[in-house]
Amino acid sequence: MNAQQTLSINGHDVSFQSGQTILEVARQHHIDIPTLCHLKGTTPTGACRICVVEVEGARTLLASCATPAASGMKVQTESPAVIEARRLIIQLLLSSGNHNCAVRGSDDQEWTAFQLKVQGEDGSDELCPVWGDCRLQDLAYRYQVSGERFAATPTRYPMETVNPFIVRDFSRCIQCGRCVQACNDVQVNNAISFGYRGPESKIIAAGDRPLKDSDCVFCGECVQACPVGALVEKDVRYTVRPWETEKVRTTCSYCGVGCQLYLHVNDNQVVKVTGADVAPNHGSLCVKGRFGYHFVSSPERLTDPLIKENGTFRKASWDEALDLVAGRLTQIRDAHGGDSIGVLTSARITNEENYIAQKFARAVLKTNNVDHCARL
Amino acid sequence: MTNTIADIEDADVILVTGSNTTENHPVLSTFVKRAVKFKGAKVIVVDPRRIKMTEFAEHWLRPNLGTDVAWINGMMHVIIKEGLQDDAFIQNRTEGFEELKKQVEKYTPEFVEGVTGISSESLITAARLFATAKAGSILYCMGITQHVSGTDNVKSLANLAMLTGNLGIPGGGVNPLRGQNNVQGACDMGGLPNVYTAYQSVSDLAIAKKMEEAWGVSGLPTQPGLKVTEMVPKAHDGDIKALYIIGENPLMSDPDLNHAEKSFKHLDFLVVQDIFMTETAQLADVVLPSACFAEKEGTFSNTERRVQRVRQAVTPPGRCKDDWWITCAVATRMGVPMQYADSRAIFEEVVKVTPSYAGITYDRIANEGMHWPCPTTEHPGTPILHGQQFTRGKGKFHAIEWIPPAEQVDEDYPLYLTTGRVLYQYHTGTMTMKSDDLNNRAPHSYVEVSRRDARTYGLKDGDHVSITSRRGKIDVQVQIGDKAVDGTVFIPFHFAQGAANKLTNAALDPVSGIPEYKVCAVKINKAA
Ligand code: SF4
Ligand code: SF4
Ligand code: SF4
Ligand code: FES
Repeated sequence: MNAQQTLSINGHDVSFQSGQTILEVARQHHIDIPTLCHLKGTTPTGACRICVVEVEGARTLLASCATPAASGMKVQTESPAVIEARRLIIQLLLSSGNHNCAVRGSDDQEWTAFQLKVQGEDGSDELCPVWGDCRLQDLAYRYQVSGERFAATPTRYPMETVNPFIVRDFSRCIQCGRCVQACNDVQVNNAISFGYRGPESKIIAAGDRPLKDSDCVFCGECVQACPVGALVEKDVRYTVRPWETEKVRTTCSYCGVGCQLYLHVNDNQVVKVTGADVAPNHGSLCVKGRFGYHFVSSPERLTDPLIKENGTFRKASWDEALDLVAGRLTQIRDAHGGDSIGVLTSARITNEENYIAQKFARAVLKTNNVDHCARL
Repeated sequence: MTNTIADIEDADVILVTGSNTTENHPVLSTFVKRAVKFKGAKVIVVDPRRIKMTEFAEHWLRPNLGTDVAWINGMMHVIIKEGLQDDAFIQNRTEGFEELKKQVEKYTPEFVEGVTGISSESLITAARLFATAKAGSILYCMGITQHVSGTDNVKSLANLAMLTGNLGIPGGGVNPLRGQNNVQGACDMGGLPNVYTAYQSVSDLAIAKKMEEAWGVSGLPTQPGLKVTEMVPKAHDGDIKALYIIGENPLMSDPDLNHAEKSFKHLDFLVVQDIFMTETAQLADVVLPSACFAEKEGTFSNTERRVQRVRQAVTPPGRCKDDWWITCAVATRMGVPMQYADSRAIFEEVVKVTPSYAGITYDRIANEGMHWPCPTTEHPGTPILHGQQFTRGKGKFHAIEWIPPAEQVDEDYPLYLTTGRVLYQYHTGTMTMKSDDLNNRAPHSYVEVSRRDARTYGLKDGDHVSITSRRGKIDVQVQIGDKAVDGTVFIPFHFAQGAANKLTNAALDPVSGIPEYKVCAVKINKAA
């Protein structure tokens, strides 16, 4: 069994089990250490180093997500050295792409030129599409830094917009590698990896092809994992801002896995879907669950009861339609017996509704002719 | 599923058969793929098509269509012959082993090779691998059930799991993957002709009495009713005069559609309650508009028996109503008042008459769903079934003989057709086809043909062909694909244009009443 041991974080003794990383111990005790590249459930890569902490006796700052906790360790999570290191990392990241939200800073001449360039490349006059929902922006505020310290780097790769689901904006990619892990280690779709070297580095599908011509199955795990605006759902870009939406937890309506998800709602419309981090799916979804929500607000939805007359449908009130149905079913039941009627219930309606449907067949129509098409 | 989805990652060997898991249960397939990649689990795929999962498999066995009982018996033959069975499990937990042993005697690897086309070496290696696994999980889907021998196939898989002691343990189990999100729930709730909720028999007079008291009615019918696949022909014959259809589109999903459509036209009265004007709704006398999942409260039960909440996010369009509200309103107008304040009130009634759900409440599943059976409000739910014993005490081995599929290829219809789904569409497409994005990836029906068959018939990618069976004819485009195997073509059943079910055979499994969607004989002709 894993023995209970203790170490100290910011002067507090906390217990841990061997095998845990410093980050895991801290999180378990509600001590916040920021992370960018770390993806829960996968092997830490130590790529971003934003999670560094100071450990007494260590020669350098250590990446807490990749360092195993050890008995008697003395850890500082927000010491001046740690903060200095984090500020530098954030500044470098901010200057290395089209991070045109307010954290870019606005007190010099270069600002206007930068904004114009980014807006040209974005094809939009709005700020970054994930403004307000970005881990890098959060960190810039938390550590009070802007991107002005270093000169902006030019955009190396154009945006990829040729698939129907995901926009890949390489200009905002911070090379954290979470998408690569999401794709290879969580979904195991093995569609994307790091390509090229050094400053040329880019997340690519095999042969640097567009996603639509790759092994990508558009599960969107990478989009959900991306901490910044480099991967965004196409239909969500610029149209969905988190402060305008409300999230409702529910269950996917497609296959029997029953993934838990959030419907993001704006103005009584489902505008985006994300996976919820609980069983059975722990945040994962597939293309249908994540991108197949348009039917909800389809203009083809039925809106009124319809009664067929001379071969065509006309709208009717609920009272008229219900009376007609109840009347005809009563007539048929009384004339030919309940077993002349059948009820098909559905694998797509709720348990409560299935219960009501079979109760209706048995208690009202007096027949056991009730089944559903799910085996078909 | 006897086990849970998460549990798959604890298996050492995973046998995947008749399930194109990566396309039909994508998130569940990630558990299988991670088990392979990170836990060293070995996958055996038994499937007529070269599905994606074969890339993760240690062994891919490719059986001829409709020969599942034969290869499963063959595996059991090898296991028994080599003494790899779990004697303790067989001794303590099962009965009927001797009959099984006798039955599988003749299923030698050589005999099985003749029937299934699986080489005897592959069969032996796979059997050994599965039998020697510490925990062996079996995952299956419609490729196993949609046959005239579907029930036999399922029982055979259960035989294999019992023979190797893989029931009631983590990482084991016989795990059917439910195609639609609430199949499990529809069955649990008694949406079946022979049972009330929790599989309580309609013929059991004590149960009928309990229901009569709970519902305040009398004279509940005690004869099992008709299955959907029986109702349709009876509608044709005039014995069924009216159908009340909720949220289903049998005119796309039924086998032998041409016949089904004629049957529906014979009805005196057809009511369809749905969210779209489906092919079936077109034929209705009255169409009642209902709310979709995003517009209602309630619960779904997933394939691992986990009861989970559904919550309202938006208000329904127009005058749409919850399905339960509509049905209750009809009932009330027929003189049996069924009135509930909301879905929670219905659920509270459900748990009173449903022993396996008795301990579940909306509050308990607010954040994370629970697995039934959950008999009391203190009970934590049951992730793994059959832990100590089977529901009926001892698990029974069924000695089963292989029977060939109902239709064979011949000179006139020389190719086998099998049907299924694709990743980007769902069932009859009423929901997914409203998304331009999904349509962009899977715009229309197609027939998937192997390279060699394409050469034989002189076909190119994109050619328009007609596919004919004894029941109908459809026109589709050719897609030459790596998934296809010589002699067998595949058509997805989602599309109204090029509807695969105009071709399929309505021959039924005698027990389950499930039609043989997975095998029929066809011919292919280039469009003139
Ligand atoms: S959408 Fe899914 S498959 Fe495609 S790259 Fe992202 S994680 Fe990989
Ligand atoms: S695309 Fe996003 S997740 Fe992927 S490396 Fe770039 S910033 Fe990280
Ligand atoms: S998100 Fe995909 S895998 Fe999950 S329940 Fe929905 S359809 Fe199934
Ligand atoms: S979060 Fe630890 S190195 Fe990136």
